[in-house]
Amino acid sequence: MNGSQPIILLKEIRKNFGQTEVLNNINLYVLKNEFVTLLGPSGCGKTTTLRIIGGFETPDSGDVFFEGNRINNVPPYQRKVNTVFQKYALFPHMNVYDNIAFGLKIKKMDKAVIGKKVDEMLEMVNLQGFQKRSVESLSGGQQQRVAIARALVNQPEVLLLDEPLGALDLKLRKEMQLELKNIHKRTGITFVYVTHDQEEALTMSDTIVVMNKGKIQQIGTPQMIYNEPKNAFVADFIGESNIIKGKMLKDYSVEFAGHVFECLDKGFEPNEDIDVVVRPEDIKLVNVENAMISGVVKSVTFKGVHFEMLVEGQGVTWTLHNTEMAQVGTAIGMSLNPNDIHIMKRTGSV
Amino acid sequence: MVKKIIMKSYLGLILLFMYLPIVVLIVFSFNKSKSRGNWSGFTLKWYRELFTNSQIMDSLYNTLMLALISSIVAVLIGTFAAIGIHNMKKFKKSVVMNLTYLPVLNPDIVTGVSLMIMFVFIGSLIGLKLGFLTMLLAHITFNIPYVILSVLPKLKQMNKHMYEAALDLGATSMYALRKVILPEIMPGIISGFLMAFTLSIDDFVISYFTSGSGVANLSITIYSMARTGVKPTINALSTLMFVSVLLLLILINIRSSREEKKKRQYDA
Amino acid sequence: MNRKWVSYPYLIWMIIFIVIPSFLILFYAFTARDGQGIRFTLDNFYKFCEPIYISVLLKSLGLALFSTFVCLVVGYPVAMILASKQFSKSATLSMLFIIPMWMNFLLRTYSWLTLLEKNGIINSILSFFNLPKIDILYTDAAVVLGMVYNFLPFMILPIYTVLMKIDGKLVEAAQDLGGNSMTVFRRITLPLSIPGVMSGITMVFMPAVTTFVISKLLGGGQYTLIGNFIERQFIQLSDWNFGSAISMIMMIFILISIWIMSKFDEDKGGGAALW
Repeated sequence: MNGSQPIILLKEIRKNFGQTEVLNNINLYVLKNEFVTLLGPSGCGKTTTLRIIGGFETPDSGDVFFEGNRINNVPPYQRKVNTVFQKYALFPHMNVYDNIAFGLKIKKMDKAVIGKKVDEMLEMVNLQGFQKRSVESLSGGQQQRVAIARALVNQPEVLLLDEPLGALDLKLRKEMQLELKNIHKRTGITFVYVTHDQEEALTMSDTIVVMNKGKIQQIGTPQMIYNEPKNAFVADFIGESNIIKGKMLKDYSVEFAGHVFECLDKGFEPNEDIDVVVRPEDIKLVNVENAMISGVVKSVTFKGVHFEMLVEGQGVTWTLHNTEMAQVGTAIGMSLNPNDIHIMKRTGSV
Repeated sequence: MVKKIIMKSYLGLILLFMYLPIVVLIVFSFNKSKSRGNWSGFTLKWYRELFTNSQIMDSLYNTLMLALISSIVAVLIGTFAAIGIHNMKKFKKSVVMNLTYLPVLNPDIVTGVSLMIMFVFIGSLIGLKLGFLTMLLAHITFNIPYVILSVLPKLKQMNKHMYEAALDLGATSMYALRKVILPEIMPGIISGFLMAFTLSIDDFVISYFTSGSGVANLSITIYSMARTGVKPTINALSTLMFVSVLLLLILINIRSSREEKKKRQYDA
Repeated sequence: MNRKWVSYPYLIWMIIFIVIPSFLILFYAFTARDGQGIRFTLDNFYKFCEPIYISVLLKSLGLALFSTFVCLVVGYPVAMILASKQFSKSATLSMLFIIPMWMNFLLRTYSWLTLLEKNGIINSILSFFNLPKIDILYTDAAVVLGMVYNFLPFMILPIYTVLMKIDGKLVEAAQDLGGNSMTVFRRITLPLSIPGVMSGITMVFMPAVTTFVISKLLGGGQYTLIGNFIERQFIQLSDWNFGSAISMIMMIFILISIWIMSKFDEDKGGGAALW
């Protein structure tokens, strides 16, 4: 296994649909066996990126490499990648068996071999005995499994998944997330996964690529993306966060909300304007007397595991998550640890 | 690129095949000579003569009246029929639907002769003669199913609870029908009306069997002329009709594309 | 809306103008009128079994089948081109195939006389280029041409409608699984368009097999198809009994072929989809 050579490499990809710019200078590599998720709001260009890898779109400029070879002009049917489509795109005039066997039949494989492979796949996705069923009689979750089996049976080098769980309900989605993760582990196939669901991305991925408005905002492990968001967009899109305007006084010292805090960041200009990100669950409740910040509770909502409180203080509305609750209207004190304060370069509007 | 050129030229060839007779027809409506096929100079006299030719004017009048009355009656009967059918139980529904499909699927000639037999048969009992009225009844008969078939899908698309919601809010069933159901199925009613109107204007076979001597629509007049040679006046009339439908279509197209643009601007 | 009576006017109308006339056809087909009055008989059907009538029937079926075949072969590519990515955005283009139908079909058909005559327009053009003249007017070829000309849109439109409805993702999925354009067409597009093909075939074959106008205009006065036959029994010969029997046979033929076609067509209302 060679980890240094990327299996897929996108170089300076640009793509316009008519007047609208969909992709603006995308640079990205995917390593073998990696689970990479393209994450972003709808219209951010994540699906277009996937379709360029799959061969359904050609970039206006830039290059696509597969195992080191430029594949810009290779048609989809000659690429060693397979796709699980949004809403599955199962062939309605074929039964489950024929859907899964489709790719193998094109390769003119021996009938007995095809039968065996299809059976194996059905077992892998827990649909034993479904060979003769018409795909239209299946539930959404089952159709989803057939779609995965149909792609995987061809043993692609890379599996592309375009919002595969988008149409399923919450419980089923969680189940399928685990199953997909398992399949990834078992088969060792590289996964490129597209979703707009940040929780899904955090649970499943090795690497997350956050995209917005045709540009890559940040690439990193889930922990990195969550704990060290590069800009306000990433911070806001991944999990809930308080984003506060502040000033970096010097290395390891930041001023915001009328207070000077100790932090772990350095390398900014002295007195540079920056954005501070604080996660709601990182704010501790303390006595008002020895608090860094104090405020008045404006509302409290029960969220199951924790309470969500909106607190106004020092000209900022803070969102807090805590297992204990404070009464609406009372004054409370808040405290922050240095490693819970995340400093980001100011990028203008969120 | 080559593929696109091949595609375009194939389409062009087929369109030439489709439009060649129409172009010939229009060109010869401006021909001085009466005989078809010999071009002998440009004239507008057939267009002038058209309005003084009582045979053609009569059949034009009959055609338009037949189309208008038959499609209005068909819309009335058909829309209510569709609402009733929509609410029928499965078995009864399938019986009625098969009955509805019958005139659509039956060859025109069979529908025509069967109506002719009945009109003559009953006519001999009550003193009804083949003529405008029998043609009108026949046109209504073959028009109703098309209205039903275009209204039914709209009823199926409609949210089942919409009617109940109206009742829940205090509407009487008549009021709910007028204010909730009718607006919802209007597109189907309109397309059913247009289809009925076009079918009626274009019909020859059924009119031919159900009309008596002396009463004719345009198709029948053209058919009877075909033996001795169709006069250029007919070409002139058809050209006028064709061009006016075309203009109407272009107008509608321009309007709807403008509205589309406006909509898009709002969305953006 | 539980008031089913709103459909009663329609039901009464259909009984008077569809059900009763159908029974009258049955009645006339199985009876004969002679000196003593009306009596039950199968003679009308025996008469139809005579070779001349059978040969007319076979000829009608043959020409209609051939025309349907030509429409399919010519029309399918048209529908595919119209539905293809390059053209699908121009709805106007598909309108171009409907517009001709707004010109009276008798006139359009009659116009072919001007084109096909010995000294007609086509031959003038041919002789200008010193090419041999064609002389097909008043032959089977002219009748087939008339049928194809009149009914081609009925083949193109249902196929076009079905092709447009095919989810582009299915084609992409097939490419993704290794299918080149030929395979995608054979395995995905063609099988999924079968309902459209079937309703196209029905919509062309039905009017073609029963026409009496096209055959009369382009085939000449003595040219006889089954439609001309029925017309003659009712309009000229007034032999309603024999005419009814032929109509009945025709009707049964058509209903059987529709039933067979509908077996292929799982998409109900495929014919209505045209509109």
